[in-house]
Amino acid sequence: MSTAAAPVLDPDVVIEVEGLSKSFGGHRVVDNLTMRVRRGQIYGFLGPNGSGKTTTIRMLCGLLTPDAGRGTCLGMDILTESRTIREHVGYMTQRFSLYQDLSVRENLEFVARLYGVPQPEAAASAALQRLGLEGRGKQLAGALSGGWKQRLALGACILPGPDLLLLDEPTAGVDPQARREFWEQIHDLAAEGLTVLVSTHYMDEAERCHEIAYIAYGKLLAQGTVQSVIAAAGLTTVTVEVKGEAGQEAGRIARDLARDLSQRAGVDMVAPFGTALHISGRDGAALEAALAPFRSDERLAFRADAPTLEDVFIDLMRRSKDELR
Amino acid sequence: MSARAARGGFLTRVGAMIVKEFIQLRRDRVTFATMIMIPLLQLILFGYAINTTPRNLPTAVFTHENNEVSRAILAALRNTAFFAFVREVKSAEDAEHMIRSGEVLFFVEIPAGFERSLRRGETPQLLVAADATDPVGSANALAALAGVVNSALVRERFVDAPGSAAFEIVQHRRYNPAGTSQLNIVPGLLGTILTMTMLIFTALSVTREIERGTMESLLSMPIHPVEIMLGKITPYVLVGILQALLIMGAGMILFGVPLEGSAILLAVATLLFIVVNLSIGYTFSTLAQNQLQAVQMSFMFFLPSILLSGFMFPFSGMPLWAQWIGEGLPLTHYLRMVRGILLKGSGFSDLTTDAGALVVLMLVAMAIAVARFRQTLD
Ligand SMILES: Nc1ncnc2c1ncn2[C@@H]1O[C@H](COP(=O)(O)OP(=O)(O)O)[C@@H](O)[C@H]1O
Ligand SMILES: [Mg+2]
Repeated sequence: MSTAAAPVLDPDVVIEVEGLSKSFGGHRVVDNLTMRVRRGQIYGFLGPNGSGKTTTIRMLCGLLTPDAGRGTCLGMDILTESRTIREHVGYMTQRFSLYQDLSVRENLEFVARLYGVPQPEAAASAALQRLGLEGRGKQLAGALSGGWKQRLALGACILPGPDLLLLDEPTAGVDPQARREFWEQIHDLAAEGLTVLVSTHYMDEAERCHEIAYIAYGKLLAQGTVQSVIAAAGLTTVTVEVKGEAGQEAGRIARDLARDLSQRAGVDMVAPFGTALHISGRDGAALEAALAPFRSDERLAFRADAPTLEDVFIDLMRRSKDELR
Repeated sequence: MSARAARGGFLTRVGAMIVKEFIQLRRDRVTFATMIMIPLLQLILFGYAINTTPRNLPTAVFTHENNEVSRAILAALRNTAFFAFVREVKSAEDAEHMIRSGEVLFFVEIPAGFERSLRRGETPQLLVAADATDPVGSANALAALAGVVNSALVRERFVDAPGSAAFEIVQHRRYNPAGTSQLNIVPGLLGTILTMTMLIFTALSVTREIERGTMESLLSMPIHPVEIMLGKITPYVLVGILQALLIMGAGMILFGVPLEGSAILLAVATLLFIVVNLSIGYTFSTLAQNQLQAVQMSFMFFLPSILLSGFMFPFSGMPLWAQWIGEGLPLTHYLRMVRGILLKGSGFSDLTTDAGALVVLMLVAMAIAVARFRQTLD
């Protein structure tokens, strides 16, 4: 951090953090994290479980104090102005954290009052209507199903009219239909100018974000649009399909091939998809050399492919793990 | 940055917190029922069952003469309900035997010439032998004896005035001539019950939010620790008032506890005491890691409160170090105040020291609570 620049006071930058670190009991959970999120963006925060997503989000809204680093959220310092930041940020926790023994309406009114929303009852009614929860106002929040809880939690977050939403794995354990509706709502909100940082470990949700960041073992490994992240990884991917054999036999051939290939230099990743293999390598020429001996086998059909985001993330994770060793 | 113009103030947020706590309290039927049942149950248990002044203790009488004075004395003793005259005996040996065998606990002997000596002002002796194996029971009965006999003799105009040493076992007990333990126990219970319920329910309040995960949301919203504390304490002030009214009402109706002093003073003292205990409970809540620890801390505080406050044992009879600990406990000061107001008719000027001590304890507890309240999840 010797060349730490002055904070960029670009009004279009909503989150700007640099060198954030946090340890728990000597274990580095977030390590030197730097990122920037622009206004109106849906920013996906991806990473496996335990990679430090929740910890990072908590540091952004002042719930945890970073051990090192600095940054701003909505132009306010995350270290000194977290109290003011809270008034403008809606934080949806990973675990449902509204009051289970309060009704849906009572929860919404409570939030409205804490944020000083004028006419909290009216605001709660409006939120109920917007969420499609009109009929459930009197129901206890604890009695709602997972999907409805998630809807209510999001509704409570946006009720006070925040400028930034921090959503921590909002779609975990929610059915596909509810997930789709949720993402539609997020896009509507972003279109209205709200900035959304959403953490997830579902790969398909990355495609719904304007930009993504990938974090593993507390380190930010890639950042940018999905396309740019895939391109930057520089992976070459080839798909091999086993043809003309019975299912069981094809599976055996694919498995043997996978075992053989994964030993070879130039092959960094082999992932089975039914009777097909997804083979990736960082060095295209080396990968080609490794595959060359199998090209003549007429039971196998080779096809040049594009790496998926999943391939890229798994590769990134392995590389950072190797570096840690 | 936000378009939101009107931002709520301190009172709005505290109000929101109070409303929320009230709703949760109302939904938690078991807790609510406990808060109402504990005072009643304790009052009835202590008031009736655990009675340090047992009644109808079997007593033998040996009267050497049958006249107005001896009849008056026996009638007065019977009226206290401490003594149940099992048998009239004809000799002192018979009486001794009955005590030794456990047939009676007391033996009252009115000696020959008692009346004549009394009228001459010769301070005759009224003999009472007691089985003191149960010191508590006999001591109370014995203590009551002198007062009862004396007032009976005054009433019957055998003796001129109360307090004049007409016969030998004269004692002068003010405030509670019959030694009714409820009169002392009801104010004591008022204090202990308030201590217990107020402590435990607030001690749980913050740890419960942490355990249920709601603290994370609450902390991410714009509310200050002081506002959270006030919002959590206030509903319980009302619960405490309800409990106090219940105990006082039952104490007056069931046990005839008097209110010699000012009701307003009693209300103010009780309110102060409730807030002190809530503040201490809330402090525990900010110190404990989980609900179990919070309950344990409350009990660690509750036990000395019962033992060293003067509720169980007379305060001045304790060793000095125990008295020092006792002075640090709110219950000690409250007991002095409430016993004074109820039984002695003490006024504000008599109670300033204890009221001051309670205010200091409250401020200390609140300061610790606000300082210790974790505003982050670190
Ligand atoms: N309060 C805490 N105390 C100790 N360890 C923690 C705490 N919070 C998180 N961790 C650890 O930090 C790591 C990252 O956690 P987290 O940020 O929750 O990851 P994610 O949200 O990506 O799943 C995990 O190993 C977790 O056990
Ligand atoms: Mg998490």
